Amino acid sequence: MRYESLLASVGHTPLVGLPALSPTPEVRLWAKLEDRNPTGSVKDRPALAMIEAAEAAGILVPGATIMEPTSGNTGISLAMASKLKGYKLICVMPENTSAERTQLLKMWGAEVIYSDAAGGSNEAVRVAKVLAQENPSYVMLYQYGNPANALSHYYGTGPELLEDLPEITHFVAGLGTTGTLMGVGRFLRERIPDISIVAAEPRYGELVYGLRNLDEGFVPELYDESVLTTRYSVGPRDAVRRTRELLEKEGIFAGISTGAILHAALGMAAKAVKAGERADIAFIVADGGWKYLSTGAYEGTLEEAEARLDGQLWA
Amino acid sequence: MAVEVQIPTILRTYTDGAKTVTGSGDTLAALVAELDSHHPGIGERLVDGAELRKFVNVYLNDEDVRFLDGLDTSVADGDVVTILPAVAGG
Repeated sequence: MRYESLLASVGHTPLVGLPALSPTPEVRLWAKLEDRNPTGSVKDRPALAMIEAAEAAGILVPGATIMEPTSGNTGISLAMASKLKGYKLICVMPENTSAERTQLLKMWGAEVIYSDAAGGSNEAVRVAKVLAQENPSYVMLYQYGNPANALSHYYGTGPELLEDLPEITHFVAGLGTTGTLMGVGRFLRERIPDISIVAAEPRYGELVYGLRNLDEGFVPELYDESVLTTRYSVGPRDAVRRTRELLEKEGIFAGISTGAILHAALGMAAKAVKAGERADIAFIVADGGWKYLSTGAYEGTLEEAEARLDGQLWA
Repeated sequence: MAVEVQIPTILRTYTDGAKTVTGSGDTLAALVAELDSHHPGIGERLVDGAELRKFVNVYLNDEDVRFLDGLDTSVADGDVVTILPAVAGG
């Protein structure tokens, strides 16, 4: 397939069947390979959409500096697009993220400001908001509240899924900014009213929940509970186990958050089998495993991998 | 009935530092009330009136109770209830 430029090639990702992991011919699993985007993650979609919306609104002008809180993938996508479009990028990223994320951000020319590990992304958001106040010229796209994030999935990921799998019964994705689930969820529900929209939320080690008080909790402004059918919390052991299973049985080398998503998708599949219902369950492969090799998640026993991921923002 | 309740770091001041406690009750609301009788004050941190507090997420066997029956969700012997503060991703 031919595109005018790398940026024009964002999206249009393959949907592949998983014959070995699907429990029966009537209950089938499908993986949407978002790692096939230019920087290797689903975040290329919202990052490009947020930049283009800010350009159209006149907020982002040539030579501007974008500043964004990110645990990595959104920052990497913004860095690639900023380099091509001539913007400067500053990412506020928690220090407990994989080394590869920093390496990739710097490779595409971004400056990285680290926030404390305790509190995870909540702390990155807080630091970024302070920086934005102190530097009024910075453009914070703010992925947690920017409608263009969810709209990139409403106009892109959602229609692609429906075209490839008109018989879809379940959509499963990770819950971070909530953009993927809100955008795809709304699009599919409008066309298939009884579809199940299922969130898989990574459950990290205790350090990440180390807030000073509960009022520091954070719910993204984009989040609308009514779009979801249900929401599962998936810990690192199940996430790593499923990540390995996806590689072992289907040959797909995915990141750890995808393992968490697959865990929820398999749970839905088991429910459908038990109820004697047909199901076509599509889920998001958010990124490949490359950025997580240094975490040690792909080696040794599950117990060892779980211990290595403790305190890391692995999704 | 014994239900295992996983307590986040931020609420362990109420449980003498314990990471997990056991409780009982037919519903989540009854479980929280019972927890509060042993660990005074914890209930108020979780519940505001008839609702869970905004930045508190409670999971029954890993499923968010807001998508079950909220505080009216039935709990049973052997269930695991996980309490976590809401955090960002992305």
